[in-house]
Amino acid sequence: MADARFFGDGLKYLNPSDLKGKLIAIEGTDGVGRTTHLEMLQEWLEVQGYGVMTTGWTRSNLMSKTIEVAKAGNILDRWSLSLLYATDFADRLEHQIIPALRSGFVVLADRYIYTAFARDFVRSADRAWIRNVLGFALIPDLVCYLRIDVETLALRVIETTGMNYWESGMDLRLGGDLYDSFKKYQSLLIGEFDKMALEFRFNVVDARKSPEEIQNELRGYILPVLQNHKPPSGTKAVPS
Amino acid sequence: MSESHLLTTASHPHPGKLIIVEGIDGAGKSTQLQLLHKWLESKGHKVFFTEWNSSELVKETTKRGKKSKSLTPTTFSLLHATDFASRLYHQILPPLKAGMIVLADRYIYTAFARDVVRGVADEWVRKLYAFAIKPDMAFYFNVPIEVAISRLLRGTRGQFKYYEAGMDMDLSPDVTESFRLFQSRILAEYDKIVEEYGLLTMDATLEIETQQEHMRALVEAALRGYKPRRGTYGRRTLFWRRFEIPKSE
Repeated sequence: MADARFFGDGLKYLNPSDLKGKLIAIEGTDGVGRTTHLEMLQEWLEVQGYGVMTTGWTRSNLMSKTIEVAKAGNILDRWSLSLLYATDFADRLEHQIIPALRSGFVVLADRYIYTAFARDFVRSADRAWIRNVLGFALIPDLVCYLRIDVETLALRVIETTGMNYWESGMDLRLGGDLYDSFKKYQSLLIGEFDKMALEFRFNVVDARKSPEEIQNELRGYILPVLQNHKPPSGTKAVPS
Repeated sequence: MSESHLLTTASHPHPGKLIIVEGIDGAGKSTQLQLLHKWLESKGHKVFFTEWNSSELVKETTKRGKKSKSLTPTTFSLLHATDFASRLYHQILPPLKAGMIVLADRYIYTAFARDVVRGVADEWVRKLYAFAIKPDMAFYFNVPIEVAISRLLRGTRGQFKYYEAGMDMDLSPDVTESFRLFQSRILAEYDKIVEEYGLLTMDATLEIETQQEHMRALVEAALRGYKPRRGTYGRRTLFWRRFEIPKSE
């Protein structure tokens, strides 16, 4: 029953064999520049003639509003929080990602289930549950992980968006104030991502490098994945 | 391959008692639970009631998803699990820890039956609810499909709701026929669940009073040894409190 394209118990009612496109996930903690790089990648791919669809964490039609409301309440328990993310992900998987892959698009995912794994784990110390819950997720063709150290990250976040309640993991009561909590929380997350980088073979990119260098590295990882996928721009796509 | 599902093995460590009812729509489980509620209160117990898919957090979303008909078997299942998680944390656990009796109209077995019929893997939905606690008593109100249909059509509801009849599954364009097909499949799932989790099967075709008598007898036996918290002598609404004036030190 288990399909090789799913992590665990798949979507029984869907046939994933006709997914022609490629699924590329960019992971990394808050504030490492994922979104910027995704925009640049999309531009680069579209210039070459690839159909590109981006999908972002908590951006589903069904759940984005609910998650905002729930977070504003600041009283979510660990399970509800993880399940809200899982519902959001399932909605995007079935209504955006799978249809796009079926039509041969390159899907760029801004965060993927590894974010959910990391966030749930730092709140629970139980790795199995959330992985079972998200067993219906498709295994991406490529995962790039923008890695940063917490010192650099803290400076960067203060300079740009500022620290917020959830990015600081304030619900975990790790530190006395926003800054201490942010550093402890993000260190835990980075630790989890580092472990998963080995387990799931992420392509690790040093996010402290210049944007140009990072972008080039990302493109270097993506190119081989797209080979044999579709002829370059100019020629018409022929589904094999 | 039954893994260490907490549910099938361990009982919860809290001083309170969790009593739940299951069954298809029209089985009469809510009526029975309501009567049990009254009886328990009259005996002086502190009782808390909670209902499937009722948390504020998720209700709006489920409604929106149903309206736009964009719910898939998986998102439908996950939304109900979110609702359950939120109620477990905010409604079920605190009274149980306080030593109260918690009555739940539908529990995780509803998801095991319904979501599997909708198309999710049965192993998956069981793992999804691995965080749930095992009820102290779980009643299953067993009723033939025709009895349920005639009760619902006769009753105050008068007609079937879209999702209750499984209309999203395209089983039949006729609502009653769709309900019959959909709920029959759910009944078949419940049969498996009753065995798997040892639910207490009640004959839901009997008279209301007869069922209730039976239910009360079972609950009474199960509550032997239970130490009720009688802080307020069973009054549900307390408008005033008597307190002593502290003596001067």
